[in-house]
Amino acid sequence: MVTKDFSIRINGTAVGPPADPRVSLLDLLRETLQLHGTKKGCDQGACGACTVLADGERIVSCLALAVQYVGRNVVTIEGLAGDDELHPLQRAFIEHDGFQCGYCTPGQICSAVGMAAEARRGVPSHVTPDLTVGEVELTHDELRERMSGNLCRCGAHNGIVAAIAETCAGERK
Amino acid sequence: MIPFTYTRAGDAAEAVRLAGRGDVKYIGGGTNLVDLLRETIERPAALVDVTGLSSAIEPRGNGGLLIGAAVRNTALAEHRDVRTRYPVLARAVLAGASGQIRNMATVGGNILQRTRCAYFYDTEGSRCNKRSPGQGCDAIDGFNRTHAILGASSSCVATHPSDMCVALAALGATVHLEGADGARTVPLTDLHRLPADHPEIETVLEPGELITAVELPPLAAAARSTYRKVRDRASYAFALVSVAAALEVDNGRVKEVRLALGGVAHKPWRAWAAETALRDGPATTRAFRAAAQAELAAANPLPDNGFKIELAIRTITAVLGELAGSDA
Amino acid sequence: MSNVEDAKQSAMNSPLELAPDSWAPGNGPDPLIQHNGGRIGASVSRVDGGPKVRGAAPFAAEFALDDMVYAALVFSTIAKGRIATLDTTVAEAAPGVVLVMTHRNAPRMRPMPLFGTSEKAAGADSLPIMQDDRVRWNGQAVAVVLAETREQADHAASMIRVTYETEPATTSFEQAKANGTETAHLFGHDVHIEIGDAEAALAAAHVSVDATYRTPYQNHNAIEPHATTVAWHSDELVMHDASQLVGHQAWSLAHIFGIEEEQVRVTAPYVGGAFGGKGLWSHQVLAAAAAKLADRPVRLALSREGVYRLVGGRARTEQRVAIGAGADGRFDAIIHTGTAVSGRDKAAPEAFAFPTQSSYAAGSFQIDVQLAYQDMVTNTTMRAPGEAVGSFAIESAVDEVAVALGMDPIELRIRNEPDNDPITGRPFSSRHLVEAWRAGAERFGWAKRNPTPGTVRDGEWLVGMGCAAATHLYVRQPGGAARITLTSDGNVTVDVAAHDAGMGTATAQGQVIAERLGLEPEQVSFRFADSRMPGLVAALGSSQTVTVGAAVAAAQRVLVAELLKLVGHDSPLAGLTTEQVGVLDGGLAKLDEPARHESYTSILAGAGRDEIAVEASAPPPVEMMNWSMHSYGAMFCEVRVNGVTGETRVSRFLGSMDCGRVLNPKTATSQFRGGIIMGLGLALTEQTHFDERKGRIMNPSLAEYHLPVHMDVPEIDVIWTGIPDPHTPMGARGIGELSITGTGAAIANAIFNATGKRIRDLPITPDKLM
Repeated sequence: MVTKDFSIRINGTAVGPPADPRVSLLDLLRETLQLHGTKKGCDQGACGACTVLADGERIVSCLALAVQYVGRNVVTIEGLAGDDELHPLQRAFIEHDGFQCGYCTPGQICSAVGMAAEARRGVPSHVTPDLTVGEVELTHDELRERMSGNLCRCGAHNGIVAAIAETCAGERK
Repeated sequence: MIPFTYTRAGDAAEAVRLAGRGDVKYIGGGTNLVDLLRETIERPAALVDVTGLSSAIEPRGNGGLLIGAAVRNTALAEHRDVRTRYPVLARAVLAGASGQIRNMATVGGNILQRTRCAYFYDTEGSRCNKRSPGQGCDAIDGFNRTHAILGASSSCVATHPSDMCVALAALGATVHLEGADGARTVPLTDLHRLPADHPEIETVLEPGELITAVELPPLAAAARSTYRKVRDRASYAFALVSVAAALEVDNGRVKEVRLALGGVAHKPWRAWAAETALRDGPATTRAFRAAAQAELAAANPLPDNGFKIELAIRTITAVLGELAGSDA
Repeated sequence: MSNVEDAKQSAMNSPLELAPDSWAPGNGPDPLIQHNGGRIGASVSRVDGGPKVRGAAPFAAEFALDDMVYAALVFSTIAKGRIATLDTTVAEAAPGVVLVMTHRNAPRMRPMPLFGTSEKAAGADSLPIMQDDRVRWNGQAVAVVLAETREQADHAASMIRVTYETEPATTSFEQAKANGTETAHLFGHDVHIEIGDAEAALAAAHVSVDATYRTPYQNHNAIEPHATTVAWHSDELVMHDASQLVGHQAWSLAHIFGIEEEQVRVTAPYVGGAFGGKGLWSHQVLAAAAAKLADRPVRLALSREGVYRLVGGRARTEQRVAIGAGADGRFDAIIHTGTAVSGRDKAAPEAFAFPTQSSYAAGSFQIDVQLAYQDMVTNTTMRAPGEAVGSFAIESAVDEVAVALGMDPIELRIRNEPDNDPITGRPFSSRHLVEAWRAGAERFGWAKRNPTPGTVRDGEWLVGMGCAAATHLYVRQPGGAARITLTSDGNVTVDVAAHDAGMGTATAQGQVIAERLGLEPEQVSFRFADSRMPGLVAALGSSQTVTVGAAVAAAQRVLVAELLKLVGHDSPLAGLTTEQVGVLDGGLAKLDEPARHESYTSILAGAGRDEIAVEASAPPPVEMMNWSMHSYGAMFCEVRVNGVTGETRVSRFLGSMDCGRVLNPKTATSQFRGGIIMGLGLALTEQTHFDERKGRIMNPSLAEYHLPVHMDVPEIDVIWTGIPDPHTPMGARGIGELSITGTGAAIANAIFNATGKRIRDLPITPDKLM
């Protein structure tokens, strides 16, 4: 028997969709579920602070109506690692000082996780010289281009890119 | 956002039936529509979710590709046939928005995204004929550096923001539609309208009509094609000017050329005049520039955007030169 | 054993003297400068890193209060006039709406006390807030909706209908100038200086440049939009806010609502970037007023558009810089005059001539900053106010002089290096800019620069190098105070009502406190950003580090005195005075007899005390009266300008800084890079579009206001002289704002070197280079 799933899985927990279809996935997380790690920076898809992973793909949750994510598996910054642990990227962000105020940070980290998966499966970018290659090598330019949807105003860009580069390199070993 | 109902359609027929001819908007990835809902620019009574429509990219018997309307932008750029046979399309998609938005945005939604004119977006504070027909246009005498230089009217000088559509225009793509009166196809270049006196009517779609797919024709020249976007920062910005081009050179002569411009008009701008000027002519920088100038001869700049004419000419010339490579 | 360990070892063996009780001339430098216990100067990771990377750090909009309602705002669409009709009936009847507040039902409130007009005044302006039907700028809040959900509040706000009676407004720069300008007033002085006859000297100079530089409106655009969560508990107001001045704000809110300062508590444990923009603005007052009216807690989180409408940014400027120089390059005259736009209230004039007042020696000076008043949201401090845009003008002009003379721009700058402050004549407390220039030039490979513009090409790209000087005023705030609580386990907690919006305050202060008190870092906790803590310390002027540092040093003197009162008769410390002891290894010791030592735990145990808490204020910042005090930098830039499209990419950047002692290289490097990246935006992409027809901001959006993205940002190299300032706490000076200064000019000068095009009008977008 096939049962239809009417819930959204958020960090492994089934959550009912909001009764009001206007509620964005971001507001569902922040206001209903008190998962404040996903940040609201612009509410218009222009800053990336609200980035979460939907079935492993990075999306901006501010432009996502929560009702559209029924049956999907959403992972937020709170769900990236176990309760007492840090994801390797989270550790690398601390080590490389990949943030100052910390407000864009969860979005940067979730975005980087999704970005690395895209590169592994061969999704090219604007700066990929050869569109026909398979797995993309995450050069400095590739990283910067692919992370350009995540704004940082404190200016932690160098640390962010260094943290991601180190973590991605570590995963490939 | 004003309140609305939400329904998810299982297929195109259901979507069309759900929509009827009422005050309904189809929603794909939502990357533009949710923003417009929030700004109360769009005020539908109901949303019909069409992300469950076809997200397949299938070869056609004639050698073309049929791209389902629900294909996400990332999936389109990632598809092997698109990358190898229509690189201009992959590059155009990758030049647009951000990784996150490309993962959400659908092909159908990308085609129907609305202008980024600041006055259009300023619901309460500015006049806009596109948002409120007959109200007037505050852009014509306002900030119009990013606005149209081709095909604009005294009622609207907005541009269409899509990168993908510029490539589709160059490739001669066809859009498959389905509505209450049945299915039909429209060339992408005929889908969007110029503003004339009715900038609020942006496409030839009938009320309730739905984009179900985009078809790419076979095009040998597309194997050597590319997209170049000029913008105010290195990434994640709308185009000042963009150029989609495909070029086939044989013995120093242009055998086939496809050229379209973004950031210059109310619709993706197929450069028919330039193509005509180039076809069967010499593949030289001088000819490229002359053709670009021919295309831009009709340009009618606003106080802030005159630079776009020379920028478009230069960018076209450079892109064609790059594609011609050693054949030039 | 390494040298560092050697030093650390010797530090462990000799007591660290207490800091002087005054920073006036005649007192020795802070003993911490000569002390190397391994804490200060260590590249320590941020103490708040864990919560931040896990998304567990609570920001202002993330305090969940029982029974809380959401606020949404309606903004005016005219610049000046009055509200003619205001129909809230549909909104009030909409689902979930609790109330609509307008000028008709808002509680009576005093205007915000304008920042700078009294010790604790925090207001960005002093205009009435929803007290009458007047509209004073385009974007002013005219209604507040409270509803049970965010969606309901936003929807109801969209249904409020307002009409206006418009009055003539001044919304164009030309009109504002024509109306008449006033001389800017800052730190108690008009910004108007004349030394000699600069115009005559300019006319007579061997070479001269005389040009107008323009800089646009800009907005801070911290990624966290302003937000506040407020609750009244009978007559007590608690506000969790995105604030960079909690102490000032608590007092000011009390003043506005007519209650006592003690009845207001403002906290800001995490602030998602501030940059000068997170002071007290109308939205916090409106949130508190609405919460009072509804008798329910309120969360007011501004939309991105709301931030632009209600919170001012950097004002537009038009600057004339004229420099006359002799054949040897020495400056005969420097003229730096012009006009900055200002709101009608003038808490923070964009005093762009700052950098010119201390950078170069010259035979004559003419400096003047005029303000032209417009009806618009009042401008405010934004990272290095005055200096960020003023340094673009003066440092571009110096480059133009170098071109005119055919002289290397670094050599020209060094030739005009002043011996003393060129305006006040005061000695510099510590100025090693020439060393920074030399070190930077060496590291950057300046010698490889081709001085002829437009000659280095790489395919479509024209490549150029440029440089400029950075400078930022040293400030120590007078309100520094700290409480030190020492517990019987030997741990200390230090409380200061200071702020950490990402600057690394808590991390660096933790290091300083550990070193100054002779403790391990994990024994120290630094608490901050609660108005009930001691101190009146705004996160402004790159001044928190020394302000807090001086306060902690003062509190330590009190702590030591108290501890000496507690020591037993048999203690090795018995009978000693504070002047005779220093800090050693988790306790105190006699300065010249380190063996006479007793640990803090032992002293407290001996006295039967669980803890001891002391509080003290820092001595006044008299050092600022006695020396000319600034941080400096030599900024180096390589750009690539596309010959086809005019697009500019910054390919390399080096900041060579002279900023006193660096307390934490890791966080300091981040601060410097952050300033440089904001300077990159200032140079190339950032501009707030202010439509002069209606006085309305047209790009209140992160999509259309272009911050630099990752792809715009190269790897940025940062070095420093590391020379401590002998006249400041810890030998440190400010670093947060320094590196945005000079950066704009370094980029513009590099663009000139690449293309031969001198752009004097920011931002340098592609169209200007085609």
